[in-house]
Amino acid sequence: MNRVLKRLGLTGQGLVTSVPYLWLVLFFLVPFVIVLKISFSTAAIAMPPYAPLLHWVSEKVVQVQLDFSNFMFLVEDNLYWKAYLNSIMVAAISTILCLLIGYPIAYSIARSPPSSRNILMLMIVLPFWTSFLLRVYAWIGILKQNGLLNNTLMWLGVIHEPLQIMQTYTAVYIGIVYSYLPFMILPLYANLEKMDLTLLEAASDLGCKPWQAFYKITLPLSQPGIVAGCLLVFIPAVGEFVIPSLLGSPGMLMIGKVLWTEFFNNRDWPVASAVAIALLMFLVIPIMYYQRAQDAEAGGGLHR
Amino acid sequence: MATSPRATQKKFEPWTEPDAKPYVRIEKVTKKFGDFVAVDDVTLDIYKKEIFCLLGASGCGKTTLLRMLAGFERPTSGRIYIDGVDMTAIPPYERPVNMMFQSYAIFPHMSVEQNVAFGLRQEGVPKAETARRVGEMLELVKLGQFAKRKPHQLSGGQRQRVALARSLVKKPKLLLLDEPLAALDKKLREHTQFELINIQETLGVTFIVVTHDQEEAMTLSTRIGLMNHGEIVQVGTPSEIYEYPSSRFVAEFIGSVNTFEGRLIEDEPSYVRIACDDLEAPIYVDHGVSSAPGATVWAAIRPEKIHLSRGKPEGADNWAAAVVRDIAYMGDMSIYLLKLDSGKVVRVTQPNVHRHSDDRITWDERVYLHWYPESPVVVTK
Repeated sequence: MNRVLKRLGLTGQGLVTSVPYLWLVLFFLVPFVIVLKISFSTAAIAMPPYAPLLHWVSEKVVQVQLDFSNFMFLVEDNLYWKAYLNSIMVAAISTILCLLIGYPIAYSIARSPPSSRNILMLMIVLPFWTSFLLRVYAWIGILKQNGLLNNTLMWLGVIHEPLQIMQTYTAVYIGIVYSYLPFMILPLYANLEKMDLTLLEAASDLGCKPWQAFYKITLPLSQPGIVAGCLLVFIPAVGEFVIPSLLGSPGMLMIGKVLWTEFFNNRDWPVASAVAIALLMFLVIPIMYYQRAQDAEAGGGLHR
Repeated sequence: MATSPRATQKKFEPWTEPDAKPYVRIEKVTKKFGDFVAVDDVTLDIYKKEIFCLLGASGCGKTTLLRMLAGFERPTSGRIYIDGVDMTAIPPYERPVNMMFQSYAIFPHMSVEQNVAFGLRQEGVPKAETARRVGEMLELVKLGQFAKRKPHQLSGGQRQRVALARSLVKKPKLLLLDEPLAALDKKLREHTQFELINIQETLGVTFIVVTHDQEEAMTLSTRIGLMNHGEIVQVGTPSEIYEYPSSRFVAEFIGSVNTFEGRLIEDEPSYVRIACDDLEAPIYVDHGVSSAPGATVWAAIRPEKIHLSRGKPEGADNWAAAVVRDIAYMGDMSIYLLKLDSGKVVRVTQPNVHRHSDDRITWDERVYLHWYPESPVVVTK
C-alpha cells in the first residue's frame, strides 16, 4: 500500500489534506464550471437546451463561441435588476432582524449556568429535526386569513377584521427569520461562550457600568460571531426560493423565483445560468474584500 | 529566603505607631457561598503606602477577600472602609480601587496604548491629559516603544506590565494585585519583584497583593497576612512571621521547620525546659512561654539554626545524635536529612562557606545536632 502511494507521489499526510480539495473540486468547481459554460452558450431547442460552446471547424481547429448576450440581457432588462435589489433588501432586512433577535438569545444562553447551556442549544437546533418544508407550511396555517393567529386575536377581541399577513413581505420576513435564526445563534453563541469574563470585570474595575462594558468589550469582541452569523443568514436568504413562493405573493420579484422561472418555465438554461453566476459574483466579491481586510489587519500588525 | 530590599530602607512601620490611621479597614468581614464559608470573620487594618500580602494556599479565601475589596463580591456580613469611606455597597466601577488580574485581562481588541487609556477615557479625562498620563505610565513600565502593539504581539512579561500600567494610570487609592507574578518564569519574576517595589515607591500607592508563593510575599511585602480556611492566622512583617510564628501552621507554611512535640518540665518566666519523646536531651529555651503546666507544646527550629558537629556538644540541653541519611548540594548551601535514634527525620541546612573541603560531613556518618537557646520557637497550637 505504502509503496503504491509512494510511486504515485503521495504521502499519507498529503492524502488526508487532499480530501477537502477533492471534495471542493468535485462538488463546487466542476458544477460551477458547467454552469459558467452554460451561461456563455446560446439557447437552442435541443437536448440539453443550449448550443455547444466548442465547434470543431476542421480536424485541428476548435472554435469557441462565447455568447455574452445572456449577461447583456440581465443588464438590459430591468426585471433582473429589480429582482436582485429586492432579494438583497429582503435578505438584508431578514439578517438584521435575525441579529436583533438572535444576539440576546445567544447572549443569555452563553451566560446561563453551564449545566443548562447544552439543553438550551439543543432546543435551538431541535426544529431542524423536522422538515424545513413542513415548518414553512405550518406557518401558512398560522398566518392565513382564518388561521391560528387571526382566530386567536379575534377571539381575544384585539382585532375585528382578520389581518392580511399571508402574501405580504411580513410573512416572508417571518418565514426567513424563523427558518434561519439558528444559523445566527450558533456562531454567536460559540463566540460569546468562549469570551473571557474577567475582561468584563476589568472593564468594570476601570469604571465601566455594565452596559458600557457590553458596548465597549463584549460587542467588539463578538464581531467575528456577528459576521459569521450574518453571512450564514444573508447568503442563503438572497437566493431563497421556497419561503417567498409559499408565504409571499406571486408578484414579488425575488431572484430565486426568477431563476426558477427561467430554468423551468422558460427553459432558458443559459439565462438562468447567467442569473446564477451574477448572483454568485454579487455575494462573493464583498465577502472576499471583507476577508482581505481582516487578513490585512491581523497580518499587517504582525510585521510591524 | 530571598533578601528583602526593604531591609535596607529606613523604617516604615505605621502599624506600630499608636496614632496612625488605617487606610483600608476590613471589619468582621464574612463571605459565604451557599454553605461554604470562604472568608470567616476577617478584621484587618492596612496602612497607606504599604505592600500588604495576603498569603495562603489555594482555596484559603485570599482571592475572595481581594475580590470583595475590588467590589466584585459583596460581603455576607461586615464592612470595608477605604480612606475612611464605607465601600461595602459601592459597585466596582465607582470604587477608587484598581485591580491587576492574574490573567491580566488585557482587552485583546485594543492596542497597548488604548488598554492603558481605557480607564481615563471612561473617567472623561481630557484627551491631551490622557495622552500625557498614558505616555508617562508606559515609560514607567518601560513599554514606551510598544504603545501601538496589540496584546497578542507581546511577551508574557510585557503583558504583565501593560496590566500594571492600566491599573495604575487612574492613580487608585488602592491597587489590588492577584498573583501578579505567577505567570512569569523564575528569572523574570525575581527581576519584576524589585521593579514592582520601585514603582510602588515612586507612586506611593497602597498595594494589596494576593499570592500563594511565600518567597514572593517575603520579598514584596511590608507585612504579610497569612490565611487558612478563610481566617487570618497571623499578621506580621516577613521576619516576624518567619522568626516568631504564632502557631505550628504558620511555622510550617513559611519556609521549612523541624517541630518537636513535648511537655514543659520547667516553666519559669525567664526560661523553659521541654522534654520531647524524640530527643534524648531536653530543649532549653531562654524565654518564658504562656501555657498551662503539663500541656503539650511544640518547639519549632529552623533548619539553618541547627549546627552539626562530630564531637558531642557541651551542656546537657539542646542536642541530639543522628545519622546522615541524605545530602542535597544546592550550591550556596547543603541540605542534610538526618535520622534521629527515635526515627524522626530532621532537616538541617549548612552554608557552604568554603569552596573545597575534604572534611565535610558525609553520608551515613553519626553526628551531633545542637542549637542555641534562643533558636527554638515554642508554640502551643
